[in-house]
Amino acid sequence: MDLSIVPLLAILVSLAAVPLILFSSEKPNVREAWTIIAGLIKFSLVLTLLPEAIQGNSVELHLFDIAPGLPFALNADPFGVYFAVIASGLWIFTSFYSIGYMRGAGEKKQTRYFASFAVCLSATIGIAFSANLLTFIVFYEMLTLATYPLVIHNEKREAINAGRKYLAFTLTAGLLLVAASAIIYHYTGTIEFTPGGVFGDIELPRNTMLVVFILFLAAVGVKAGIMPLHGWLPAAMAAPTPVSALLHAVAVVKSGVFAVTRMVGFIFGTDVMAAYGLNDILIVMAGSTIILASLIAFAQDNLKRRLAYSTVGHLSYIVLGVALLTPLGMTGGIMHIAAHATMKITLFFCAGAIYVNLHRTEISNLNGIAKVMPWTMGAFAVGSMGLAGIPPINGFFSKWYLILGSLEGDMIIPVIVLIVSGLLNVGYFFPILYRAYFKKGEGLESYGEASPFMVVPIMITATLSVLFGLFPNLFFNFFDLAVLVSESLFSGGTP
Amino acid sequence: MIETHLPAIIALTFVLFALLIPLFGLWKEQLCQPLAVLGSGLATAFSLLAFINYLQSGSIRYLFGGWEPPIGIEFVYDGLSGFILLVINSVAFLALIYAKKPGQMEFQGKELAYYALAMLMMLGFNGMVLTGDLFNLYVFLEISSLSSYALISIGNKPAPFAAFRYLIIGTAGGTLYLLGVGFLYTNTGTLNIIDMSAMLPMLVDNSSVVTALILMVVGIGVKAAVFPMHGWLPDSYTYASTPSSTLIAPIGTKVAAYILFRIMLYLFGIELTDAVFPLSYIVGVFACIGIIYGSVMAIAQTEMKRMLAYSSVSQIGYIIMGLSLANPFGFAGALLHVLNHAVMKACLFMIAGNLRYKEGHSNISLFNESYRIKYPWTMASFSVAAISMVGLPPLAGFFSKWYLVLGTIDNSNWIFLAVIIVSSLLNAVYFFRILEKVYMKNPDAEQQPDKAAEIKYDDVSPSMMSPMAIMAVGLIVIGFANAAIVSFLLGIFPM
Repeated sequence: MDLSIVPLLAILVSLAAVPLILFSSEKPNVREAWTIIAGLIKFSLVLTLLPEAIQGNSVELHLFDIAPGLPFALNADPFGVYFAVIASGLWIFTSFYSIGYMRGAGEKKQTRYFASFAVCLSATIGIAFSANLLTFIVFYEMLTLATYPLVIHNEKREAINAGRKYLAFTLTAGLLLVAASAIIYHYTGTIEFTPGGVFGDIELPRNTMLVVFILFLAAVGVKAGIMPLHGWLPAAMAAPTPVSALLHAVAVVKSGVFAVTRMVGFIFGTDVMAAYGLNDILIVMAGSTIILASLIAFAQDNLKRRLAYSTVGHLSYIVLGVALLTPLGMTGGIMHIAAHATMKITLFFCAGAIYVNLHRTEISNLNGIAKVMPWTMGAFAVGSMGLAGIPPINGFFSKWYLILGSLEGDMIIPVIVLIVSGLLNVGYFFPILYRAYFKKGEGLESYGEASPFMVVPIMITATLSVLFGLFPNLFFNFFDLAVLVSESLFSGGTP
Repeated sequence: MIETHLPAIIALTFVLFALLIPLFGLWKEQLCQPLAVLGSGLATAFSLLAFINYLQSGSIRYLFGGWEPPIGIEFVYDGLSGFILLVINSVAFLALIYAKKPGQMEFQGKELAYYALAMLMMLGFNGMVLTGDLFNLYVFLEISSLSSYALISIGNKPAPFAAFRYLIIGTAGGTLYLLGVGFLYTNTGTLNIIDMSAMLPMLVDNSSVVTALILMVVGIGVKAAVFPMHGWLPDSYTYASTPSSTLIAPIGTKVAAYILFRIMLYLFGIELTDAVFPLSYIVGVFACIGIIYGSVMAIAQTEMKRMLAYSSVSQIGYIIMGLSLANPFGFAGALLHVLNHAVMKACLFMIAGNLRYKEGHSNISLFNESYRIKYPWTMASFSVAAISMVGLPPLAGFFSKWYLVLGTIDNSNWIFLAVIIVSSLLNAVYFFRILEKVYMKNPDAEQQPDKAAEIKYDDVSPSMMSPMAIMAVGLIVIGFANAAIVSFLLGIFPM
């Protein structure tokens, strides 16, 4: 256990960039430079925490008491660092992409956009490094608030309604989280994230435990998009595409599944989950979400909405992996956090590039666009094949572990769910590719590829998806890190 | 030596300035407001000194003229009264600084009367908080009430009517209280709170004592605007002038709530209060109904001041609910909310005042996007206060709710817990409604000609801005410093 202020700095960097962004609102190039600089610093700071994390060590920082006996504390443990690396790394690409997108689409109020984005990233890293539930709640609510201006960005009626829906879901969730945390605190006297759970020898009546769990699940399930709590996510697609890409495919929803994992592994603990049969609830909900979301995705003609439902489905892969309560399943779930992040961000980037370049949002209008946007559609193909679980792209890898995990727990239904879902993924992604590559398009003569600001990030994230699929340990020993986290939750103590 | 006299000095400061203001005011009317600021400033400084002294050397029982009770009367400066004094005097100090410009605009020529009455009202409030004698309390109650009737009647055209209504209801409340005191006096032969609390346990089954308790709770409940005795409040706060509503709304009902604390937790003690029937629970149920009712009514309002008034009905419910829980967390949460709500409401009423001063109205349906550019600081403060009212961390409002939630859980009172959650969501509805109007262009409006060029920065002058900004910053500071405040409050819980 080391002490260091690096986790705090990593959180504050993008917050410090906010006033700079606001004051440079007249000079767009300077303003965007601050975003990029903050992103690079943030990522480097997070990377400095990585060597310790790979050793299985945590970096702790106890700031002050936020309530008597409850510290406002940060703890960059392996799982937190894992999530922080993904979020801060992808922010850099999203920033470049945002510049291309926002200028290309001629969006207004770009200062507010970049400032809110920076706050979101602070909140996300804060979520990753929170050492206890109260600290977590602070950042969780901060994320909710900072995302709101991004959801309503274009200020049309549809966006404002989406914003209201978003707040209704997430604020309710936040309050339930407060209630659930308070109940946990009342019974256990601690709300610190502890590998193996906080309950220890404390036994609660089954019904009480069930109520606490359901409160908790409702609270974190909203951001994790577990059905029927997913309603805000497709609506939030009214936001500009980079927001959908980073926040609604990576930061916000992954904060949700991150929270689910924290809940299962660090609050309730795998033993308590199994003893009270709580994981069964989670498996049923995640399993049905996977299938239902994939089916709904079929019916969507709007590209972003189809991606949104696909996101809902894939988030539940992670939840399912965690809920299996087997080391391999947990590893698969945690791996899928990274895998889905790189692939889905690629797909959203592609959708945004198509929108800015061709002003097309409906799948039925995408005929023949691969001829004019070969790079973008190539990346799209990589991402969608990955999500369908085709090797060697990294979606295959995590799915393989999820299936192994189900078998390890002698559960056959999750295996069937995963296989069926893979087929459904093929079913709703391939028609898009088919239209783009094999149908003849109209009115595309005057168009070319999107601006390099967009295409380069797309290519990088697509390449990352492939590289991680081939060599999961190539960068930052990611696979080892996931295994490490998963093992720490089952050995019943600190790693 | 002076420290031991501080309790008397605090109250006497207001007497002195209530006399000085007419004296100098007749000579030069412009002197009234600075004198009032000076008076309340001195009182705040003395309150602070006394509080520091309390932390070092404990409570003071100040005997006037050296006469021992029950013959003489005394002021009791303990942790609770010290805390409340500090809150009400500092909020009043800022409200009086703020009053200068709106006062000149809204009641020019009546400043002398206004500021003299304000001093008298503060004398009444301070006396109520400090006195250790039940009859004396009634005297101070009437001093503060009579001056507040007058202060409220200085306002819009319907203000005198609202004040008259308040007078009728308020006098009835005061009389009920006095009747209760009479009953207790005939039974115990003393009016001194500390004396009486020693005797009351011997009179548990005496029905006149029980009646007295109910009479006093109902009588003070009128003053505290506990549902269903809140009828006087919305009109009074809406039609009163800006300086009156910023002065009275944050602190008036709090002092009455403090009296309820004194009666239920100190004079009777919670065992005695609930000895015959569960009075505290019944009070709590009314508080809950008030919380929900106030929030729902606030949503229905289009006038901002009226909305804030109903919100006060709701927020006072939180304080009374915390009292009714009668456990350390409920107690600390309620008192923290006294502070938080005083700061939030003062800030919000100042914001409504700023808009009235600049725009001539505070009608929410007329709010529009230009406010964001014209009054950036006012609107920024509004955002802070609104988010704190909704109860999102790390702002002050979150923490009072957190402790109240812990309190409800300690009593296993799930209904109260649900009320807190539901009401927070309702708060979100009526505050985000305004934020939406101010920070976004109206999506349903016809394409308007671009008026951005004409809209210029036009925020209020420093005398109005700085008190508001101090309040808004205060909400952030209280949020981060709440651990210290709450440790203190938990330490003075009277059991």
